[in-house]
Amino acid sequence: MLRRLVPFATRGSAAAPFSSAAPTEAAQEKKPTIWKIDEKKRDKLANFGRYAAQCLPKFVQQVQFAAGDELELLIHPTGVIPVLSFLKGNHSAQFTNLTFICGVDVPARQNRFEVVYSLYSVRFNARIRVRTYTDEVAPIDSATPVFKGANWFEREVYDMYGVWFNNHPDLRRILTDYGFEGHPFRKDFPLSGYNEVRYDPELKRIVYEPSELAQEFRKFDLESPWEQFPAFRNESMSAAYEKIELNPTEKK
Amino acid sequence: MLSRVAGAPTAALARLASTQATPALSSEAPKGMGKTGTPFLNTSSAGEYAVARLDDVMNMAQRTSIWPLTFGLACCAVEMMHFAAPRYDMDRYGVVFRASPRQCDLIFVAGTVTNKMAPALRRVYDQMPEAKWVISMGSCANGGGYYHYAYSVLRGADRVIPVDIYVPGCPPTAEALLYGVLQLQKKIKRKREAQLWYRR
Repeated sequence: MLRRLVPFATRGSAAAPFSSAAPTEAAQEKKPTIWKIDEKKRDKLANFGRYAAQCLPKFVQQVQFAAGDELELLIHPTGVIPVLSFLKGNHSAQFTNLTFICGVDVPARQNRFEVVYSLYSVRFNARIRVRTYTDEVAPIDSATPVFKGANWFEREVYDMYGVWFNNHPDLRRILTDYGFEGHPFRKDFPLSGYNEVRYDPELKRIVYEPSELAQEFRKFDLESPWEQFPAFRNESMSAAYEKIELNPTEKK
Repeated sequence: MLSRVAGAPTAALARLASTQATPALSSEAPKGMGKTGTPFLNTSSAGEYAVARLDDVMNMAQRTSIWPLTFGLACCAVEMMHFAAPRYDMDRYGVVFRASPRQCDLIFVAGTVTNKMAPALRRVYDQMPEAKWVISMGSCANGGGYYHYAYSVLRGADRVIPVDIYVPGCPPTAEALLYGVLQLQKKIKRKREAQLWYRR
């Protein structure tokens, strides 16, 4: 059954399951600024999403497309290593390149932080995003055993959001100042921070002092009286996501 | 020599003769400046005259070979490179980039100075030998600019090192930076180190 539904689960079909044909149609399209979605490739990605969800039912919570044709796997935080190693090692996917890891802070949520892994398959020219979630204290497994390049990305996420990664070889701050306190990309971090720096001629060194701003940051209301995107007036925040049905028998 | 200015009033003649400040041609030189370009015209004694000429020579030597330190921090660094490139060719003013602060007279603070960079900037400035100048280039180095309210950015390089010339712009053009260097040369021209020493 699996073989029938998911063609690239078979070994023989490893030859370019994601590759796109029909460039002629794209050439005929006269609007170069509009991204043309390759339906064939999108179907193959959707199939792969279903396949991944079937292979890892314990971790994959939802499979969806973002912005039309960007495949996303929403996973449980315990499944970072199994999912990433599956995507990297599966012969018909070969997502061997870790493009980036980033964090997202949504304070309204129970698990306010989201960690996003973007992978690229050089073999099939395909991308996939893996999204998981956590809060201020719950640690996530580091992806460094699977991707060595995750090291600095995870340091950055730790620096900016304070997400803790278990088993990271060297988890310390990477961008902010030495001895910096706080995590600046959190929504509750003030824009101007807490400390500022100046040279003290008596001490002959740089000193840190609490910020004193001569003028507070001003917010100008620059909103235009015209509505910029009337076509999206009634769209919800999740409208750009398109959930993929995991049970394909329903679909057919 | 006096015969050349025979038409001038005698009082002026006497003054010119005593100061030796290039008679007659002073009408061609800019106001308040001698024919040689010296700003030190009103010297009251032979000693002062001598140290004023000493100052002239020292200032000329310093302002015609300002060696800046390459301290590019952001996009301003690209304009600094344009200043070095053939179109604006900073070399014709004797401005030559050096890679070591020990060989530098000038530092272009070209770009955003972050809190993390501030101690390094101060250390590099301290390592430069005396008679040193600072050109702060661009809005960010002048006063924080776009990042004035950011948590990680210094609100002006002058919080850490004393700045001589502020070049405005975001980023300033290479031409603006060139003008900044010319202003600095003008500033150096009026430096009266030997005269202050003599007066003391």
